[in-house]
Amino acid sequence: MPHENIKHIVLVLSGKGGVGKSSITTQLALSLSLRGHTIGVLDIDLTGPSIPRFFGIEEAKVRQAPGGWIPVSVHDEQVLSPLPLPLSSQKPAGEAKNEEQRIGALSCMSLGFILANRNDAVIWRGPKKTAMVKQFLTDVLWPPLDYLLIDTPPGTSDEHISLLENLHLQTSSPSAPRNQLAGAVVVTTPQAISISDVKKELNFCKKTGIRVLGVVENMAGFVCPNCKECTNVFSKGGGEVMAREFEVPFLGSVPIDPQFVELVEEGTRPVYPEGTIIAGKDVGGEVGVEDEKRKEGLLVDKYRSCSLWPLFDGIVGGLDEDIRSRDV
Amino acid sequence: MAPSLEEPTQVDLDAPLKEKPSLVAPEPEHCPGPESQQAGTAESCTGCPNQKICASAPKGPDPDIPLITSRLSSVRHKILVLSGKGGVGKSTFSTMLAHAFSSNPSHTVGLMDTDICGPSIPKMMGVENETIHVTAAGWEPVWVSDNLGVMSVQFMLPGRDDAVIWRGAKKNGLIKRFLKDVCWGEMDVLVVDTPPGTSDEHLSVNALLKEAGVDGAVVVSTPQEVALLDVRKELDFCKKAGIRVLGIVENMSGFVCPGCRHESKIFRASTGGARRLAEEMGIRFLGAVPLDPRIGMACDYGESFLEAYPESPACVAIQEVVRAVGEELGLERGEVFGE
Repeated sequence: MPHENIKHIVLVLSGKGGVGKSSITTQLALSLSLRGHTIGVLDIDLTGPSIPRFFGIEEAKVRQAPGGWIPVSVHDEQVLSPLPLPLSSQKPAGEAKNEEQRIGALSCMSLGFILANRNDAVIWRGPKKTAMVKQFLTDVLWPPLDYLLIDTPPGTSDEHISLLENLHLQTSSPSAPRNQLAGAVVVTTPQAISISDVKKELNFCKKTGIRVLGVVENMAGFVCPNCKECTNVFSKGGGEVMAREFEVPFLGSVPIDPQFVELVEEGTRPVYPEGTIIAGKDVGGEVGVEDEKRKEGLLVDKYRSCSLWPLFDGIVGGLDEDIRSRDV
Repeated sequence: MAPSLEEPTQVDLDAPLKEKPSLVAPEPEHCPGPESQQAGTAESCTGCPNQKICASAPKGPDPDIPLITSRLSSVRHKILVLSGKGGVGKSTFSTMLAHAFSSNPSHTVGLMDTDICGPSIPKMMGVENETIHVTAAGWEPVWVSDNLGVMSVQFMLPGRDDAVIWRGAKKNGLIKRFLKDVCWGEMDVLVVDTPPGTSDEHLSVNALLKEAGVDGAVVVSTPQEVALLDVRKELDFCKKAGIRVLGIVENMSGFVCPGCRHESKIFRASTGGARRLAEEMGIRFLGAVPLDPRIGMACDYGESFLEAYPESPACVAIQEVVRAVGEELGLERGEVFGE
């Protein structure tokens, strides 16, 4: 059986589309990697794979080796130099994060790497999708991983059924590491419409025996870059109420950050206007990088300048502890 | 076993969707589909334990298609709302379209929800707790107002939070029953809301409605490249399946801060947004609808945003889009809203 070298598998699920499953998967992967873990990301959204775009590796193609596919590497294990200090140096130097950082390797697998043309529609019926998901789960030659994150399409249909059938089969074999199938992170947005779909997903987890690691509420609030007023574009608080109702942990609310969108879309290092406060922390002020150099560097390095990183660092810290506490 | 990197096989878009024969083993990966013309005779069928069953199943067009065609012959215009991406506002836009067309009292409008795993139309229309009435003629849609009927899988679920864990074939069966058994009656416009992607639901809707004649599809997108990526795939699907694209709507484009009136691009159109895509593909750009938190709220409470805030910029933009859709359908300009 393959995958004995993967310590934990975490699914990212949501009943609703467009709530940010791929975006959350990306940020969980980057934050875990920044904590020094070795990470793999598997994208099983077959008709709309977005993971290649999020990691900025759309042009990459998957390579074939005897015995399987080799996933595409986003970055190798390495040491990142400290974050540049603000040019004006108003902020006290030597904050906890301002030191060299060892990061773990990150690699990805997606159907997007296999398609010949990125605009072509993948028009597959159920059995073909089922076979592809199975192949993704058995035939990818992952390096030894601390975490494999699996990004899923919306819904509770073919992809999900075959994913769980195969995972249950693999992780229940005696050679699999203990607690390998750690559980699922469920993503929602705050509106009632989204919540009602996501409740179905929570019931799906219950029926299929997947532990819910927690609920993340995405797109909760938008901070106007002009007046710093926070607007709840898609209302707020729905995720937390739902988590309480289903007695699952609530991992946190993630605001909309246009700078993160820009980081993904254009690869620019995030910069915030003076005095921007997100999650009670002042993230404003210029970063010590000139404008023309903002596009340089690895995605994971630039992500350290994003206001969402401290938030996700907290989330993955909690997840990591929770998952590891169940290993024994 | 080394996996293959071959080009994925494309399914037969015109395959009739009959009841599939009862099989003795699960369908293999390269199965042409037990309902298809080549069932049991295709190259990939060799050695399949189902081969004999498939080969002896009756071939030819689906006997239900004429039934569906006659059922829908009294519906003047049928519009699909599509998008490759989830959460861009397909359902929201479908409800707006339905509300807008039904604001003309002489129109009768139907709204069908084919998203089986995540139906949102009933909640957005405020008819979540309704159930279907079965009459001698068939299933009666749920009437939101005198001239606006809704049909969704949600009405048939025992609990509203229950997950529908179905594989493709089962979903196809239900969509077919929707088309065959719901008595829409005399109708001017039927709006069909779809789930994200390009899979079973889309193939079924297309195959089953081909005879009855679909006016075309409205494709919904948001401005970011991440969404456009999937929308391009959907346009490719329409091309391959021969569905006419009426146009593209860009949703969530721009957000006006209620505090300082500053307009920010929450979802930045780094590649020119839907407008550029429409130009590239030679498709009509129907308009851009700004993000307004009140739209989401109106949907959560099942109210009509268009009626509640007729003066808002978003409402004006939506009305323009609906007019454009009306034009593409060949309706008179004044006919859409009954002005």
